[in-house]
Amino acid sequence: MGAVIEVDAVSKRFGALAVIEELSFSLEEGEALGVVGPNGAGKTTTLNMIAGDFRPSGGSIRFDGQDVTGFSAYRRCKLGIGRTSQIPRPFEGLTVFENVLVGASFGGAHRGHVARDLAVDALRRTGMISKANVRAGQLTLLERKRLELSRALAAEPKVLLLDEIAGGLTDGEVQELVETIKSIHASGVSVIWIEHIVHALLKVVDRMLAMDCGRVLVQGDPHEVMASDEVKNVYLGSED
Amino acid sequence: MNWLNAVVAGVLVGGLYALYATGLSVSFGVMRLVNLAHGDLAVMAAFLSSTLVLSAGGSPFWTILVLLPVGFLVGLALQRVVFDRLVGVDPAFQIVATFGLSIVIQNALLRVYSADRRALDVGKLKVDSVSIGDLSIGVFPLLRFLVAVAVLVSLSLFLGRTKLGRAFRATSDDPVAARLMGINNRTIYMVATGIAVSTVFLAGVFNGAQTNFATSDGPGLLIFAFEAVIIGGLGSLWGTLAGGIVLGLAQTLGAEQFTDWPSQLFGHVLFLVVLAVRPNGLFGRVEA
Repeated sequence: MGAVIEVDAVSKRFGALAVIEELSFSLEEGEALGVVGPNGAGKTTTLNMIAGDFRPSGGSIRFDGQDVTGFSAYRRCKLGIGRTSQIPRPFEGLTVFENVLVGASFGGAHRGHVARDLAVDALRRTGMISKANVRAGQLTLLERKRLELSRALAAEPKVLLLDEIAGGLTDGEVQELVETIKSIHASGVSVIWIEHIVHALLKVVDRMLAMDCGRVLVQGDPHEVMASDEVKNVYLGSED
Repeated sequence: MNWLNAVVAGVLVGGLYALYATGLSVSFGVMRLVNLAHGDLAVMAAFLSSTLVLSAGGSPFWTILVLLPVGFLVGLALQRVVFDRLVGVDPAFQIVATFGLSIVIQNALLRVYSADRRALDVGKLKVDSVSIGDLSIGVFPLLRFLVAVAVLVSLSLFLGRTKLGRAFRATSDDPVAARLMGINNRTIYMVATGIAVSTVFLAGVFNGAQTNFATSDGPGLLIFAFEAVIIGGLGSLWGTLAGGIVLGLAQTLGAEQFTDWPSQLFGHVLFLVVLAVRPNGLFGRVEA
């Protein structure tokens, strides 16, 4: 019940460039929120600020009612904010299993067999268990994306932030990934998913938020948002 | 000295170089940091050991038990106060800051201990040897070599088998992703520097027991450590041992062949050849 993530009047400036301006939205517990918007809308920047990669220039971010604006990324991960990167960044020198074990033993703060069980479970849920002993540097793109997902899952997140996880995959691969994300969401994890592949988003999310120029353009029912004039204008550039 | 003796002596002195180089290898592997004050820390350890022996008596070996934890604490402090500011920024800052640290340590030692050379007395052990036919093996160099191997085996097990070791490797691969996985990089960096300083303290005591030392010896020791790391290949612990051994062999075999030349010269020449021909080192991972 209640909001698990609250973004409150958050701004981000890089020098003179304002990327995010007074952005406010929230994520309800158990909800899956899709985020769309043109390149440069500030979607990834927003995710980075929720995950703690960098701090907002103004405003605050609350997680589970607690103000986490000043918390570093590793503390937020321990609290329960999981995150996958747009470009997968596996620990290439470690095996797939070791990668996931790092998530379980640091993000999840578990030891010994509890951490190992968590890691194995995360690999099963993402279909990566057969690759457990492969060095992460040797994985294909889909496998790397799955590894990102299992690593984040092993840290037992309450909220999972997905940044264009379907980008660059074939339709079949996207379909597989959608099923995986659906099942993760069904297990009670709240999700914020940034994606350009809208049909994938529509299969998973409960609510859609469209961003442009660092602001919320429109939010609400996914299909209604995608059909709205505001979104059409931004994507098609019509001037009426 | 015959050729076989030269080979054995080269391998054994290589152990000392590897012990010097371990700390550099760990610092570079985990946070891409090259500490130019590395050799000065070894000299500092030798002086601290001599102070302990002078005040409490006994053999320098017991002082290792004190100096290992002290070295670890010195490492934690150095990381917090100096090195944290040097990670992930332009390497020029590393050079200036750690070169400055080197000057500070040398002058502090000069102030406290004066410019006189000192030695750590390990008694008869220093000259004891065992003979097998024509082959004569120094007991002290052998002990030193075994300690170096033990340190590298322990570190390798630590990195490969423990939770913290995995965090070391994860941070080395991608510090940003490691943070997102709940790893506090600053803690990892502190432990890494703690290990680096402990191992170079250990090397400093063994070196001090082998030859006499003075406050200005640090940069010379740094060169050996640096050469061992480069020859072996950056970021590989076993490469570091191999690099130390290859460096030692170059020196003893070179000196065996050209008796009028200083032995270090052959090590330096080999180092330059490796840099020119195989810049990733003999056993280094090739960067993609």
